[in-house]
Amino acid sequence: MIEISHVNKWYTPSFQVLTDCTTSVTKGEVVVVCGPSGSGKSTLIKCVNALEPFQSGDILVDGTKVNDPKTNLPKLRSRVGMVFQHFELFPHLKIIDNLCLAQEKVLGRPHDKSVTKGMQLLERVGLKEQAQKFPAQLSGGQQQRVAIARALAMDPIVMLFDEPTSALDPEMVSEVLDVMVDLAREGMTMMVVTHEMGFARKVANRVIFMDRGEIVEDAPKDDFFGKPRSDRAQKFLSKILSH
Amino acid sequence: MFGNLDFDVIRRALPYLFYEGMTFTLTLTGLAALGGLVFGTALALMRLSGFKILGRIAGVYVDFMRSLPLVLVIFWFYFLVPYIGQWLTGASRPISVGAFASSLITFIMFEAAYFSEIMRAGIQSISRGQPAAASALGLTYAQTMRYVVLPQAFRNMLPVLITQTIVLFQDTSLVYVLSITDFLGAASKVAQRDGRLVEMYLFAAVVYFTISCIASFGVRRLQARIAIIR
Repeated sequence: MIEISHVNKWYTPSFQVLTDCTTSVTKGEVVVVCGPSGSGKSTLIKCVNALEPFQSGDILVDGTKVNDPKTNLPKLRSRVGMVFQHFELFPHLKIIDNLCLAQEKVLGRPHDKSVTKGMQLLERVGLKEQAQKFPAQLSGGQQQRVAIARALAMDPIVMLFDEPTSALDPEMVSEVLDVMVDLAREGMTMMVVTHEMGFARKVANRVIFMDRGEIVEDAPKDDFFGKPRSDRAQKFLSKILSH
Repeated sequence: MFGNLDFDVIRRALPYLFYEGMTFTLTLTGLAALGGLVFGTALALMRLSGFKILGRIAGVYVDFMRSLPLVLVIFWFYFLVPYIGQWLTGASRPISVGAFASSLITFIMFEAAYFSEIMRAGIQSISRGQPAAASALGLTYAQTMRYVVLPQAFRNMLPVLITQTIVLFQDTSLVYVLSITDFLGAASKVAQRDGRLVEMYLFAAVVYFTISCIASFGVRRLQARIAIIR
């Protein structure tokens, strides 16, 4: 589903953020990307739907080359759901209109069908009653659940999560993770940048550990948590699991 | 000193002042603000487009307009437009453009320079995550601007845009150099016909002051409301 091969990215000629990253996500797989801050995890996931350009290497999503100038990026992105750290709901639109905008403007769905679909998804994330409110009237956890519903409204073939719980108050983390766990169990293909190791243990198939722009470790979940091969991954795990 | 003033001249001139003068002033203000906003937004988008040439053209235009006194632009434009029209259409004689059309075009072009800077600030005030989220959903650049960025930029900048429109409302009085009967023009004509300069100009000042003050007060209340929504 996602093929990342030998991706290099430089912000300036002397500052390399991604070094020879190669990995893949197959259909139905849940891959968690973790690592210390500044390790390039978010940058890598943003390269997948071309929100960030990269200088060399290739990324294929469902067989389409993301870095080909001839690729119709809006069309590709409409099939790849993305959830951001800071939710990024559109503050000037009601919740239901946040869900309908892209359905109507990108997919060309009629308004009533978009609304029906939007309401179904809001019900699924437990926020049907909030449909007529504005984003600022919702809590962080609720906003992030709306953001997930907004991405799902496009019927994506894969979902990307960029630190979906990092900006949330602790008591709101689980309501968002619950939605993501359900999604994973239904067979959605997911690539998730997160520090939530509980989530990784529960539903991940594979864990990728990144440090300083490199993929240091790329292993099945049990191997990763059992005995990480690299020192750096061991250190990282002992730090975040010690509490 | 007010003993020999005749304020009744104002009462008698009221219908003329408002039906002719103020109608013209408000029409010109409204249309010029609307046109200036549309043209100004286009200029702002050009400057932020990432195409260097487009940005440069818009930048030069804005700097040029902002470096000239408005009266001069009104004058020049009024006398030049007939010849530009002749040149564009290949007509044998200068094309006659009405004073209203000429002043409207002038104000739109002049105000666009100011509105474009306001809209540019408004667009830049939107966090980069917003267009990123819109693109991630598959919206094109144009759709992202149309449905996500510009509505928010416009809403955030509404108080400043209205304040600029109040300035425009006062500036429209400069069309008197073209002998157009706007509100000030009308007052000035009555003043000279009846020899009541002090009364009429005092009255005109009071009217401009009152309208601008009420509008400014409205802006302050609007600002408070927008602050709550955010």
